[in-house]
Amino acid sequence: MENIISAEDLMFYYSEPSEEEQDNGQEENKILVFEDLNLSIEKGSFTVILGHNGCGKSTFAKHTNAILLPCGGKMTAAGFDTSDESRLFDIRKHIGMVFQNPDNQIVASVVEEDVAFALENMGVPPDEMRVRVDEALKAVGMYEYREHAPSQLSGGQKQRVAIAGIIAMKPDCIVLDEPTAMLDPAGRREVMKTIKRLNRENGVTIVLITHYMDEAAQADRVVVMDGGKVILDDTPSEVFSHVEKLREVGLDVPQSTQLMYLLRENGRKDADTHIITEEECADFLERLLRGK
Amino acid sequence: MSIIKTEKLTFTYSQGTPFEKTAVNNVDLEIEEGELVGVIGHTGSGKSTLIQHFNGLIKPTSGRVLIDGTDIWSKDVKLRDIRFKVGLVFQYPEYQIFEDTVYKDIAFGPKNMGLDEKEIDRRVRETAELVGISPELLKKSPFELSGGQKRRVAIAGVMAMRPKVLILDEPTAGLDPRGRETILGQIKRYHDETRSTVMLVSHSMEDVARFASRILVMNKGEVLCYDTPPAVFARAEEIASVGLSVPQITKIFGLLRKRGIDIRGDVYTVEFALKTINEYLEAHGRGGLENA
Repeated sequence: MENIISAEDLMFYYSEPSEEEQDNGQEENKILVFEDLNLSIEKGSFTVILGHNGCGKSTFAKHTNAILLPCGGKMTAAGFDTSDESRLFDIRKHIGMVFQNPDNQIVASVVEEDVAFALENMGVPPDEMRVRVDEALKAVGMYEYREHAPSQLSGGQKQRVAIAGIIAMKPDCIVLDEPTAMLDPAGRREVMKTIKRLNRENGVTIVLITHYMDEAAQADRVVVMDGGKVILDDTPSEVFSHVEKLREVGLDVPQSTQLMYLLRENGRKDADTHIITEEECADFLERLLRGK
Repeated sequence: MSIIKTEKLTFTYSQGTPFEKTAVNNVDLEIEEGELVGVIGHTGSGKSTLIQHFNGLIKPTSGRVLIDGTDIWSKDVKLRDIRFKVGLVFQYPEYQIFEDTVYKDIAFGPKNMGLDEKEIDRRVRETAELVGISPELLKKSPFELSGGQKRRVAIAGVMAMRPKVLILDEPTAGLDPRGRETILGQIKRYHDETRSTVMLVSHSMEDVARFASRILVMNKGEVLCYDTPPAVFARAEEIASVGLSVPQITKIFGLLRKRGIDIRGDVYTVEFALKTINEYLEAHGRGGLENA
């Protein structure tokens, strides 16, 4: 399969001049995020990136649509080298980004105007704009709210409006950096449903950065990052079976996997730590309890 | 005597306008001193409105709020004293930091209470230690700290007043699993060491299940239940039916019961699940698990 995003030996550091160094005219202080990151995202896939704060996952996300540019190595997005400034507009048309705080992403005072914002910048003709805005709002289930003020919406609804603004541009790929971190469980469910539908029905590539293991369990692929490196990269059930490794880097596993792990520790060698869903876990426990 | 008591507490927003909404409806609640209460309820359930009554930020539309046996809205009560008695930490408290050093920010509350320098110093150092802020950091500007550290400084500022009741509104919102674990552990330690009453508003049933001695579930402005964790999770289906998520492990045991296995349904942590499985196996003459 074709890759829509690909990082080859990606290197990136933040520069932080400390006061003394500035006074002495010395070189700036470099904080290395990653040295040689290799990570590709297949077209049409649904990938989750996990890792605790500071592991480099958001820095990677910001490289996918050229918000940050590599200090070394190469970043390719939608077929363009992100370092090529003349392609910036094309890259951002193909790779859309959604951030954590819905309040920081809404610019207009009416929902449909907010969704139309990027289209206006792209110079889309008015009749087509109308169609695209309506389609995008329907896709996230916010069409009835098109004439509302964003300030009257809940966090989950605002986040869906932000997603609609991206969908209206018809990108091939949406990168979401912890879109559910500030939402309540109902809002999280709304956003996850929307993301999954976009992936399954419209074939949009999804890269989701999250701290929630239940969200990761719904992806095709889970990438775990630590210290700027990819330490695990596989299907959710394969990744979560590495209970100890995940704990070492400060991550959780689903409770069903945790229980399987504990059962193994207590002599039930047939307990499979690849189990991540409630149904699978109940199936195993039913056999165990019924003595079959 | 209960430390917090409400009698037919009702609060209506924008009374007499078309936007009138009763957020808290006829609530009778008694919270005993020394409890660690987890408050659960989805957005709009009235939980935030309810807790803002406990230190007099909101005046009831009708009904009474008693703290330590005193009606806080009776004439001879100074609200200032109530606010020293009941400390409230809002969501994203790091946005409320304003002093130029960490030390001064934590000292702000105790200073306002009129404590002497020596006592203030003792409290700042003790509380900083409790939330894992090392002595070197006290001299720094709070704005040089990481997000998680800033939040802990903000919480310490309220803890340093040693309120009889500490209320925290979603103290872990937006943090990664490691940051969440750290803050919850420190709140638990504060509770254990000071033996004071702590209320913790959270969206995470898993977190609340592990830490709280009592759980308050709010729904549509009313108390759905206020009880110990096992008693609350025994009503898992009812809780799920009002749109709240119960821990995954509780759902798994619910599935087993649906399939006709006579096992307890009030399981809410993985460790508890393991114990329950072991008990079931032993009771059915199938031999328990090793080391369990």
